[in-house]
Amino acid sequence: MTTSTSLIYLIALPLAGAAILLLAGRRADKWGHLLGTAMSAGSFAVGLYQLSLMLDRPTEERAVGQKLFTWISVGSFNVDAGLLLDQLSICFVLLITGVGTLIHIYSISYMSHDENRRRFFAYLNLFIASMLLLVLGDSYLNLYVGWEGVGLASYLLIGFWNQKPAYATASKKAFVMNRIGDMGLSFAIMIAFASFGSVSFSGVEEASHHASEAALTAIGIMLLIAAAGKSAQFPLQAWLGDAMAGPTPVSALIHAATMVTAGVYLIVRSNFIFDAAPIAQLLVVIVGAITLIFGAIVGTAKDDIKKALAASTMSQIGYMILGAGLGPAGYAYAIMHLLTHGFFKAGMFLGAGSVMHGMNDEVNMRRYGALRKFMPITFITFGLGYLAIIGVPPFAGFYSKDLIIETAFNAGGFKGILLGSTALFGAAITAFYMTRVMVLTFTSPKRWEEDQHPHESPILMWIPMAILAIGSVTTGFLFTRGDALKNWLKPVFGDHGGHSEEHLFEPIVVSAMAVTAVLIGVGIALAKYQFSEVDAEAPQNVSIFTRIARKDLMQDSVNESLFMRPGQALTRLLVKTDENVVDGAVRLVGRTAVGAGSELRKTQTGFARSYAALILIGAIALIAGIWVVTQ
Amino acid sequence: MNPYNYLYVAALLFTIGAVGVVVRRNAIVVFMCVELMLNAANLTLVTFARINGTLEGQVVAFFTMVVAACEVVVGLAIIVAIYRSRRSASVDDASLLKR
Repeated sequence: MTTSTSLIYLIALPLAGAAILLLAGRRADKWGHLLGTAMSAGSFAVGLYQLSLMLDRPTEERAVGQKLFTWISVGSFNVDAGLLLDQLSICFVLLITGVGTLIHIYSISYMSHDENRRRFFAYLNLFIASMLLLVLGDSYLNLYVGWEGVGLASYLLIGFWNQKPAYATASKKAFVMNRIGDMGLSFAIMIAFASFGSVSFSGVEEASHHASEAALTAIGIMLLIAAAGKSAQFPLQAWLGDAMAGPTPVSALIHAATMVTAGVYLIVRSNFIFDAAPIAQLLVVIVGAITLIFGAIVGTAKDDIKKALAASTMSQIGYMILGAGLGPAGYAYAIMHLLTHGFFKAGMFLGAGSVMHGMNDEVNMRRYGALRKFMPITFITFGLGYLAIIGVPPFAGFYSKDLIIETAFNAGGFKGILLGSTALFGAAITAFYMTRVMVLTFTSPKRWEEDQHPHESPILMWIPMAILAIGSVTTGFLFTRGDALKNWLKPVFGDHGGHSEEHLFEPIVVSAMAVTAVLIGVGIALAKYQFSEVDAEAPQNVSIFTRIARKDLMQDSVNESLFMRPGQALTRLLVKTDENVVDGAVRLVGRTAVGAGSELRKTQTGFARSYAALILIGAIALIAGIWVVTQ
Repeated sequence: MNPYNYLYVAALLFTIGAVGVVVRRNAIVVFMCVELMLNAANLTLVTFARINGTLEGQVVAFFTMVVAACEVVVGLAIIVAIYRSRRSASVDDASLLKR
């Protein structure tokens, strides 16, 4: 592999930014946001430079590595801190630094009234550095460092306004649920080391060709748990909705465009494991399919604009996981959907932030309405993202989602029909709830109070939105032109030979079905919200299904009754055991000594003669004892 | 003369001393009984020195005498002091240090 010495700057720049901003303290308040943005932009520039170098090299030499230092060297266990930039990583690098820089710019204005803006930028830079380490690490252990780093940054940023107890709780919830996934990743690393003696991607790939399927399945399932935790997939999805407590740019960057897609990256990066472990791969598909429907249903019931978008993120990542679980045929499409989603969902979150900015931080969509007139730029950029996500041709989401649906149908047999229909059904619900968001916010009659004065956001906020909107329009077309992205990524997934070309449906039929599903969803939503009265208060006399959906399909109740309460009971039991058994034993020793002491004290009569008698008896007993023993 | 007879005498003296310390109340008598036990030990030391034909036991006996002499001075002084303050030489009366 070609070696490079400049990869480290990708990570070093934002990391230095974070360190400077955190260490300089209040002194950096005046220029902290500028430095943070510059560091992120610098990292983006390095990424573009790396891309240009990569394009100059022939296909088989495009991947470059950089060894930083020997990290762990214990016996046969050797791990280098090394970076790997290949065709897959560079997609992520450009997405993270590109979208990240835009969101930095947006945040300059969005956070301008927050006295802790410098700290916010420090955390953003920390996040960028960690995320880059995650996608650039050349071994699972290096990836794990970045994985934990983004978890930390996510925790810090969700709880950025931790003066509100609910927000602090949300950040803790996200952290704890992520730990479950992290545990899966660490188990996967341990199993990989125990079975293969290596934790680097190349080493594990090498070993996976002649490894037992059981070991690969175990690793695959553990990796899936890790991916589910980080990407908010079923059954570890409950944290994402509450993560919307963070400032909106954070939701856009971390909880829509980049961090939550790390699970998809992990699965696609570990393609050699999942290809050889059909059971694990099937589980991936099942998790993806469940989540894409789950998120979509939750999305239909949310009145909080950010939570509706969060549910949508969950659902869209479900599509990516589904694509990644479909094997070699789906990896490239999962990544494509990830990239297009990065554009349109980040753009929509920024749009939501812009709406909140103009509406005194109101998040309830039932209090919006008719904002099209007051926020034309936000309306247009959000609208382009909306057209992209529901999959209207020729916007980005149409291409990427359509390809995943098509691949799902082609998975073969009953499985293919089931997965394809699920994905199709999800597309219809997506169209429904996104139209609902759009209508409730922008086009329906106004439902806000007279003291609201909606206004367009400043230029620093709408320029990033505009750029992301352009991406939402064009990326799908660019990626699919001549299968550009698929061919670009092909070397990463190894040569699996041409996948079977048997189609259940012709591509054009699938597209037609998808567009029909979308039109049905849009039509229902329009009839329900645009052409009929919407209450400013959420109606309470609703069906049991709506109520369940409003409660996130009881995810918190299930977690509470299945895990939290038994966990608390176990904790109480352990505390009782500790108090009564462990502490009891210690206290028993103490009480015995005290009791024996107070009994013995009674011999201290103060009479010299009784002491003398005791000494005498003791001496006689001693001598008698010695005599008996020596006889 | 059989040197073991000295040991019997020493044992007898020690027993008399030990019983005296335990049963008598008068501090002076208790004190004398302690001296009896000390001297019984001295006698044993000397006897064993004789039996083994070495000098160490005799030397230790001298040490014991010196220490005993010092102890007598201190002990008698304490007894006299107690007698002066309490008008009694009974060891059972001086039991203020209990618990």
